[in-house]
Amino acid sequence: MRLGPDDLRTEPTCRRCWPSVPDSSDEPQDFSHVGTQTATGVSAVDDVVEDDEVAGVKAVAGRTPWQLARIRLRRDKPTMVMIVTVAFALVMAVVAPILDKLGVLDPQTFHSDLINGASGGLPIGPFGGISWSHPLGVEPGTGRDLLSRLVLGVTFSLIIALSATLIAVALGTVLGIIAGYSGKFLDFWISRLVDMVLSFPQTLMLLALSSTMIALIARSTGDSNPSGGNLSKAIYIILVLGLFGWPYFARIIRGQVLSLREREFVESAKSLGARHSRIYFKEMLPNLWAPILVYFTLIMPANISAEAALSYLGVGVGNPTPTLGNVLTNAVNYPDADFTYFAVSAIFIAVLVLSFNLLGDGLRDALDPKADR
Amino acid sequence: MFAYIVRRLFSGIVMLIVMSFVTILLFFSSAVDPARVMCGKSCTPERIEQTRKALGYDKPAVQQWTAFLGGVVKGREYPADEALRKAAPQLVVDCHAPCLGYSTVTQQSVGSTLWTKLPVTGSLAIAAFIMWMVVGVGLGIISALFKGTLLDRAIVGSSLLFYAFPTFAIGIALYTYLSLKWHLVKIPAYTPISESPSAWLQGLFLPALTLALVYIAGYVRLTRAFVLESLSEDYLRTAKAKGLAPRKILFKHTMRAALTPVVTAAGLDLGGLLGGAIITETIFNYDGLGKLAVLSNAQFDLPMIVGIVLVAATFVILANLIVDLLYALIDPRVKYA
Repeated sequence: MRLGPDDLRTEPTCRRCWPSVPDSSDEPQDFSHVGTQTATGVSAVDDVVEDDEVAGVKAVAGRTPWQLARIRLRRDKPTMVMIVTVAFALVMAVVAPILDKLGVLDPQTFHSDLINGASGGLPIGPFGGISWSHPLGVEPGTGRDLLSRLVLGVTFSLIIALSATLIAVALGTVLGIIAGYSGKFLDFWISRLVDMVLSFPQTLMLLALSSTMIALIARSTGDSNPSGGNLSKAIYIILVLGLFGWPYFARIIRGQVLSLREREFVESAKSLGARHSRIYFKEMLPNLWAPILVYFTLIMPANISAEAALSYLGVGVGNPTPTLGNVLTNAVNYPDADFTYFAVSAIFIAVLVLSFNLLGDGLRDALDPKADR
Repeated sequence: MFAYIVRRLFSGIVMLIVMSFVTILLFFSSAVDPARVMCGKSCTPERIEQTRKALGYDKPAVQQWTAFLGGVVKGREYPADEALRKAAPQLVVDCHAPCLGYSTVTQQSVGSTLWTKLPVTGSLAIAAFIMWMVVGVGLGIISALFKGTLLDRAIVGSSLLFYAFPTFAIGIALYTYLSLKWHLVKIPAYTPISESPSAWLQGLFLPALTLALVYIAGYVRLTRAFVLESLSEDYLRTAKAKGLAPRKILFKHTMRAALTPVVTAAGLDLGGLLGGAIITETIFNYDGLGKLAVLSNAQFDLPMIVGIVLVAATFVILANLIVDLLYALIDPRVKYA
């Protein structure tokens, strides 16, 4: 990397660079286990792209961090593959309900002719009854088409995971900014709230609150089923995953804001008499998109897995609506008897979770190259 | 240091008190009436009312909370009814301090039930902890030392792959194939260590492995990251330049710096696990806190659930404190006042 004199000029544009985590924190325990995220960010000045040499003139171009990130991302082949995979999953999730309406996907029809009643409803034929009309075989017991159920399951799983992630990230961002910026009183109470929510055993609370809360949601949404239909269950899962998901993320945002608030542009906004809300959303927020984006892609797969785990514990959305969780929950009854069913369902979730995770890692590398670990 | 510990313990206790309030508020003011559930389907309104009163559910949540706190400090009686106490003392149950409540479903005090489940969950958590620390941290170090090689990629890749599969799918696959089909491992069941250490270990192997697999991926990556970071430190170059033996550099200079954050994470994860590994215990039918939680949930055993939540939270808070103290011990730069 070469540094030219021009680099000094790029300082004002550094308004939008990624902030670094402060090295001095009044509470060491708050950042002690943030672990891989505590590396300092990079400023745009550090990174000069070298392919701008035109006809012998060594021009050094300053670039915005987003441009740099995009360039790094394009060089990172595995992450590009993951972007394509995730994009494919998203498109599939959007298209699946339409295909279902059109009758291309048929997740609900029972095919009793394809299952063997004598052997406990196992599919007829090798590999879980794979055939041209049922490329991944059929579900034991009912004979419903597995591919259709899984594809539509991606839709419902992603709706749940996405909504929960949005709640968690929104809450985490707002509370993190407020805690980090206001300091003192509010910071103390928000940090204690974070500690408390992190101390609650999440899965246990999800499980323990499920029956009562789902009934409550069913009552307030006017669900026809008093103990809660699938909609009430989905709302419950979204709410609880969202409400338990924000604290860890809020801590990270708080750390970033702690250093951001000392920067000149915040000071100048303050001295110009900007209101708090302006400083929060117009000055801070644009500088926080990088961690928000990275953690968004990392909380997503955690929520996809959580939906599956909850299904297994009996809290999830149930028949007839397919989710990746309830398909796999049914499939774990046949790990040996119908291995194809079990493996295909498990692999479907694994691929989705893995691609989101790798995408998040890749984004982190691209947006925060010093955290290259 | 001492003042710091006292302060942290105090804030931990305050937090537990607040959490007990939140938990009781959430459970006891919710839509499902525990008295009705307990009473069964063919129950007259009067009987429901009677049950509710006997259990104290007719009182507002704040009052129930203070009664709960009073029980923790000085014990309480179920039902707290002076008249009944005089008329039929055999019907009143004494719950000695610290009383976490009384479960009418199991007809036992919550504390004594939790006490019997703790060794099961504890064995599982500690066995898994040892496994993931040895395998996860070991692989993480190897992968950092061979950064960029095929070995590194294989380790990181396979750990990520395991991480992507839901725990229950991995657990059931292990159970079905290793145990039921190929008979490589004994069918998991809990035997107290005092009865037979070898049976204890054998029965523990698969559940602990399942649990460990969840954590190994995270620890491989965490360890790898911190070892790589400390490998690039200046003092390592100095150590190399002055001709220190590679083994000494690795163990005395790299590991000490790199493993501090790993120890932190490990302590917190262990603390979280001691509150019950719900999914793993359900798969292997392991009779610990996690399974008790699932069961209590199905039976609307609210006092039991409140007890489990608070015990689990206590472990997390204690783990936080211990980790912070350990941190000061490992890393001389950290000082608490």
